Amino acid sequence: MSQQGYVATPPYSQPQPGIGLSPPHYGHYGDPSHTASPTGMMKPAGPLGATATRGMLPPGPPPPGPHQFGQNGAHATGHPPQRFPGPPPVNNVASSHAPYQPSAQSSYPGPISTSSVTQLGSQLSAMQINSYGSGMAPPSQGPPGPLSATSLQTPPRPPQPSILQPGSQVLPPPPTTLNGPGASPLPLPMYRPDGLSGPPPPNAQYQPPPLPGQTLGAGYPPQQANSGPQMAGAQLSYPGGFPGGPAQMAGPPQPQKKLDPDSIPSPIQVIENDRASRGGQVYATNTRGQIPPLVTTDCMIQDQGNASPRFIRCTTYCFPCTSDMAKQAQIPLAAVIKPFATIPSNESPLYLVNHGESGPVRCNRCKAYMCPFMQFIEGGRRYQCGFCNCVNDVPPFYFQHLDHIGRRLDHYEKPELSLGSYEYVATLDYCRSKPPNPPAFIFMIDVSYSNIKNGLVKLICEELKTMLEKIPKEEQEETSAIRVGFITYNKVLHFFNVKSNLAQPQMMVVTDVGEVFVPLLDGFLVNYQESQSVIHNLLDQIPDMFADSNENETVFAPVIQAGMEALKAADCPGKLFIFHSSLPTAEAPGKLKNRDDKKLVNTDKEKILFQPQTNVYDSLAKDCVAHGCSVTLFLFPSQYVDVASLGLVPQLTGGTLYKYNNFQMHLDRQQFLNDLRNDIEKKIGFDAIMRVRTSTGFRATDFFGGILMNNTTDVEMAAIDCDKAVTVEFKHDDKLSEDSGALIQCAVLYTTISGQRRLRIHNLGLNCSSQLADLYKSCETDALINFFAKSAFKAVLHQPLKVIREILVNQTAHMLACYRKNCASPSAASQLILPDSMKVLPVYMNCLLKNCVLLSRPEISTDERAYQRQLVMTMGVADSQLFFYPQLLPIHTLDVKSTMLPAAVRCSESRLSEEGIFLLANGLHMFLWLGVSSPPELIQGIFNVPSFAHINTDMTLLPEVGNPYSQQLRMIMGIIQQKRPYSMKLTIVKQREQPEMVFRQFLVEDKGLYGGSSYVDFLCCVHKEICQLLN
Amino acid sequence: MATYLEFIQQNEERDGVRFSWNVWPSSRLEATRMVVPLACLLTPLKERPDLPPVQYEPVLCSRPTCKAVLNPLCQVDYRAKLWACNFCFQRNQFPPAYGGISEVNQPAELMPQFSTIEYVIQRGAQSPLIFLYVVDTCLEEDDLQALKESLQMSLSLLPPDALVGLITFGRMVQVHELSCEGISKSYVFRGTKDLTAKQIQDMLGLTKPAMPMQQARPAQPQEHPFASSRFLQPVHKIDMNLTDLLGELQRDPWPVTQGKRPLRSTGVALSIAVGLLEGTFPNTGARIMLFTGGPPTQGPGMVVGDELKIPIRSWHDIEKDNARFMKKATKHYEMLANRTAANGHCIDIYACALDQTGLLEMKCCANLTGGYMVMGDSFNTSLFKQTFQRIFTKDFNGDFRMAFGATLDVKTSRELKIAGAIGPCVSLNVKGPCVSENELGVGGTSQWKICGLDPTSTLGIYFEVVNQFMFHLRRSPFLQVFNNSPDESSYYRHHFARQDLTQSLIMIQPILYSYSFHGPPEPVLLDSSSILADRILLMDTFFQIVIYLGETIAQWRKAGYQDMPEYENFKHLLQAPLDDAQEILQARFPMPRYINTEHGGSQARFLLSKVNPSQTHNNLYAWGQETGAPILTDDVSLQVFMDHLKKLAVSSAC
Repeated sequence: MSQQGYVATPPYSQPQPGIGLSPPHYGHYGDPSHTASPTGMMKPAGPLGATATRGMLPPGPPPPGPHQFGQNGAHATGHPPQRFPGPPPVNNVASSHAPYQPSAQSSYPGPISTSSVTQLGSQLSAMQINSYGSGMAPPSQGPPGPLSATSLQTPPRPPQPSILQPGSQVLPPPPTTLNGPGASPLPLPMYRPDGLSGPPPPNAQYQPPPLPGQTLGAGYPPQQANSGPQMAGAQLSYPGGFPGGPAQMAGPPQPQKKLDPDSIPSPIQVIENDRASRGGQVYATNTRGQIPPLVTTDCMIQDQGNASPRFIRCTTYCFPCTSDMAKQAQIPLAAVIKPFATIPSNESPLYLVNHGESGPVRCNRCKAYMCPFMQFIEGGRRYQCGFCNCVNDVPPFYFQHLDHIGRRLDHYEKPELSLGSYEYVATLDYCRSKPPNPPAFIFMIDVSYSNIKNGLVKLICEELKTMLEKIPKEEQEETSAIRVGFITYNKVLHFFNVKSNLAQPQMMVVTDVGEVFVPLLDGFLVNYQESQSVIHNLLDQIPDMFADSNENETVFAPVIQAGMEALKAADCPGKLFIFHSSLPTAEAPGKLKNRDDKKLVNTDKEKILFQPQTNVYDSLAKDCVAHGCSVTLFLFPSQYVDVASLGLVPQLTGGTLYKYNNFQMHLDRQQFLNDLRNDIEKKIGFDAIMRVRTSTGFRATDFFGGILMNNTTDVEMAAIDCDKAVTVEFKHDDKLSEDSGALIQCAVLYTTISGQRRLRIHNLGLNCSSQLADLYKSCETDALINFFAKSAFKAVLHQPLKVIREILVNQTAHMLACYRKNCASPSAASQLILPDSMKVLPVYMNCLLKNCVLLSRPEISTDERAYQRQLVMTMGVADSQLFFYPQLLPIHTLDVKSTMLPAAVRCSESRLSEEGIFLLANGLHMFLWLGVSSPPELIQGIFNVPSFAHINTDMTLLPEVGNPYSQQLRMIMGIIQQKRPYSMKLTIVKQREQPEMVFRQFLVEDKGLYGGSSYVDFLCCVHKEICQLLN
Repeated sequence: MATYLEFIQQNEERDGVRFSWNVWPSSRLEATRMVVPLACLLTPLKERPDLPPVQYEPVLCSRPTCKAVLNPLCQVDYRAKLWACNFCFQRNQFPPAYGGISEVNQPAELMPQFSTIEYVIQRGAQSPLIFLYVVDTCLEEDDLQALKESLQMSLSLLPPDALVGLITFGRMVQVHELSCEGISKSYVFRGTKDLTAKQIQDMLGLTKPAMPMQQARPAQPQEHPFASSRFLQPVHKIDMNLTDLLGELQRDPWPVTQGKRPLRSTGVALSIAVGLLEGTFPNTGARIMLFTGGPPTQGPGMVVGDELKIPIRSWHDIEKDNARFMKKATKHYEMLANRTAANGHCIDIYACALDQTGLLEMKCCANLTGGYMVMGDSFNTSLFKQTFQRIFTKDFNGDFRMAFGATLDVKTSRELKIAGAIGPCVSLNVKGPCVSENELGVGGTSQWKICGLDPTSTLGIYFEVVNQFMFHLRRSPFLQVFNNSPDESSYYRHHFARQDLTQSLIMIQPILYSYSFHGPPEPVLLDSSSILADRILLMDTFFQIVIYLGETIAQWRKAGYQDMPEYENFKHLLQAPLDDAQEILQARFPMPRYINTEHGGSQARFLLSKVNPSQTHNNLYAWGQETGAPILTDDVSLQVFMDHLKKLAVSSAC
């Protein structure tokens, strides 16, 4: 970490109110003193930016927003009337939408989220906004606390039903009524960002409506003074406040029920809306800077010049033109790149370009590869690089005439001219010294006592016999070119000679673990088909060979070393599959001791728990990457095994870490086998180097993922498979122009499974804008969370968790406050206004903060935290979305005739019901939760037992019952599991039984079992922060 | 007893002892004037079919510092039942068992013909012999195949209860486990890393019992500890297994690139073999048998690098101090040899390759431990195959002609002191009044350990020197390194140091027999003048048997006279030397190289290089006659040598 701020944004060490109010910005207004004295009224006449600054001003005189928020009880009485006066949102919606709809439709296939701005009144009641969820949730779940009492008189949110209309949700209850001194409710919707979403937005148009601005401005200054101090007190009232302890909960004003959960933005609603509007359609990537459908939406993607969002997703599709602007908004500029993402069979696979010995055409200066961003000029004799603007000669073999619009005649014949993603055959120049050999897989089985005893060794050996049939091969090939080898080990290593001409395999024991070496070359790595009988013979004998072993001690680093040396000796890249069970305590390099010290939790030294115990593994990982050796680790721990140390090599070599705590054959077998099979079969590239090139004005500065970097630009990966993503952060180093936009080219040089050297190129063009509103409009929350998670989890190694949590909260508040200040229509400060694209940022951010990695609680196993930390580091956007906000499906409402998944519900206990059955999945775990009064016919149908009481929860697979419920449920589980990198272990949970505690941790909108606030509380907290910033 | 000479020969025949002087110098002064030291050649285990071993323990002198064995030269008082030690003059009581002793009822050890006697000691458990094969796998395919077959064959020659072990080496060293069923298992060691005995035993799991249940058992190597049995198994139990294992032995699986030698970890392999036996069976009879087809090229004990363009050291390099690995390697093997000797084991070296294999550096392994050294061109030759087979021959009693763990204790009367011994032995550092200050060979002790010996092993070499011998000794490969590689010199010296008088004389001055129509076969002068056209010559140099057909004889044979009935006598003439050669080949160990050549044949050089060059290209015309064949050499002839010697003798006398 170069600086203390882990996201490389300026740390919040000085909580200046001036979020992004950098002097130059103010300069616009001439007098910096404005900052000091908010009194200075902003003339609404200015451009958007100007109005925005106003938004930051403290709320108007009447009820100081934040103040209210905190102590609603006290103040509520004062405002009840304000609550409902607003005209029914329906009307608002209608009116607001009318003018913009056309433009919206032009840019998107369907009406996108109609709700432009989510505004949250400081008063819970103000939260009428939330109208989206209203359709599903009961209108009001319990009286909304003391406040509501006052508001009760008023009809229970009449607007809600009305808002149900498709597409128009959220209409903010006229904020004016709530907070402000009559802030104009009507004009407000005009600002909805989505309204602006037309392609190249003529920003100039957006003039703030004069009226609201003025009104707002009026009476603020005095308030500020007041609210400041009060706010401090207010903090107490936030349950589970950040990062406060439970103590705060005792705060006098109990605002727990102050917010109606249905009134706050619902991730489910956002997902459903996107699905409804864009699902099942064709998304063509023909336009620069267009925002793709959400990861949760299924659609068909057509490459028309930009890389598919399956390969690259960005936190925003419109970059700010200047770094000042970027600093002001503090929205991370990042791309989540999954270069080997799986392409569904209905989309076309990547084209392979082969220029023979000449190799790929590249810009002479920046070395960018030929792509749709290259501009051909001078009749096709030269081309200008879109990245560095260098003018290059077109190589003679590549010459082609241009047509009347200056496009090459072969534009559509050459993938590299018309597509966002394609591959090149690499020439010898791209190889280490000679063409690579086909890769190898080495299976390395821990045969120490525990693995023998629980039957794991036998299982692995048995299953490998069939799984090896499925080693990946090129489609056109008969058999796989990948060779296989076998090693078993405890505190010594056993290599096996399985040469095809042997009658029996031969075992070679290497006991010199201090300086491990490869005892044989010929016969160790073999073609599976050729040596099949010897290999089967070996796999049959291994379990017996060690059946009487009492060896408890294991080594670990020497095992990796051995595999790496074997690949090195064979001069090929490859992948090690290690099946390991225990802390490696035997005398050898990389020996570990149990250092699981819970006393470190919640101290500045907590980071030590996430760091490897010795630097042996770090240098080992470097060696592995240098030789294209990827390590995948299957861990079967029964106690602390120091995942932070053991997992380092898998992490840095692009491998995968799988962990099965207390492995029990009958429960965990299937999960493990699925993982193993999937991992063996998955698409993978070896010995890869990734380079991300950008057009001038910005560059990639930070990289997160299963990678190793020896310099600042080359991302080295021993291997990269279809599930691994690298998140790249960008920074400005100059101004960007709106005309040329921001271009990204990601090139991955790798070795295929048949030993061919290739380049995979992904190109993506983003827009640039000098309007903050454009920026906010183009954000993608799922990618943002992916970025935040990775950068935070990386920072965990270096910074106290407390600091990281604070930074996350602060940055969230900052981003939102900047929006509020610069983009939203003026409204009372007490109102929470969220940009449409970030509506669910708070709930997702809260989920991230509640993740066990960031939660400093001694109750949580250190290994589990290290494990999850590592998993997230390589996740793509879809995986991180599901991981942080699990999918919760009601099963009892299943329509057995439909093949659609049932509509998900929000992850909160309040959504469960005693009569219901729910399925929850987060990508690692799957739970089937059974309400005590679950319908007997469902229980019969699913479990084939007469009643709830008869259900045996000791299973991880549902019985195969011929009943449609069973079939349907298993199909659903199959769909959920599909395409997920990890096999999810199913746990059956009965309501009110002990295991339910585990399940509840995944109800992420609720207050966490081990701390971590509820969504509602967090929202309040963020709001308070925002208010503080605005002040 | 006809002549004095016959007496001497008879003594040697009986006792295996032959002295350089058969008359004692009467004074110290006289002794110093003798120039040639007083010495004897001793063949401790000389085969004596007529001498039955006695089945009881020897009677020792009771003086603790003496402990000489009762012998025919002791004075005995039959009435008092006393005997006087003839070394320290201690008077000793006969033990009770000798109560019936009298002039007419003497125990064997007092009878004059039992000047050499063999006792069978009944004490101590019998431990099986151990044969540990250390096999180089960096061989050509057919060489390896031949070696594998020889090794497989040898299993049938071993005593059934003998323990065998197998270590193979190339780039790595593999110690094969022999007990397991199914998958064959071996422990592999890096060929470049020297390990201490302790490390080796740790890595082979020989030291601490791996399983807790075994903890109670103290380490008792003699009792076949569980662990070691994995590597050393009785032949009868695993001969099938081992035969298969040897059959499946592959050439070293590491590729050897153009212009490189294979990486051969001989040094580590030997070190592991020594360490394995050291930890499991110290002080029992064991042979480490090293079969190697090239020089050690890596790790401790490497003799030459793997770059083929840099040749292995020659005498020239050594003289110029240009043999960069030699000292270190020699040190490594010396260390191993000393350890092996301390453990009572011996190391054999079977080196078969066209080029040198590093015998110079490794020689001490065989020299100090009483092991064999055999050098050949290929394992696929009868020289190797038969020599190897001969190691397992048995004597008339059906016992193997090999013995282990000998201690040689020499006692002298006061007039005499022991200066040292030369032969396959190491000092046991036993000082005593009879040990001389002057060391000759391995001195400073009156006891030596001989780890391995056979009926022909002979120690202490001092020559009965006559001038002619000096001439040939000068020219022999023992002193003459020209045209001999360091390996060859080491090899020849190894055998020279352990053979008895007759054999060593042959080595120094080869024997030349002539077969012709002029009379019965007769020994002729080892001189170029003996090479005549109508003669067949048979030369025995110990290491080579050369049959040489003279020019005329060769022409006759070419003309096929031997096949014509009327020239049957010619056929017999041709056959006679062949038969004689065969006889020598049968008996000699190691089997000599057999060369059958004729006048003008390329192999004739073996003969020409040995004969006294009385006629050379320098003096050919001076001598002028038809006799003999000129030798193209600048070396001086015996005549010149003698003249020079005489001159020296006279001048030094002045």
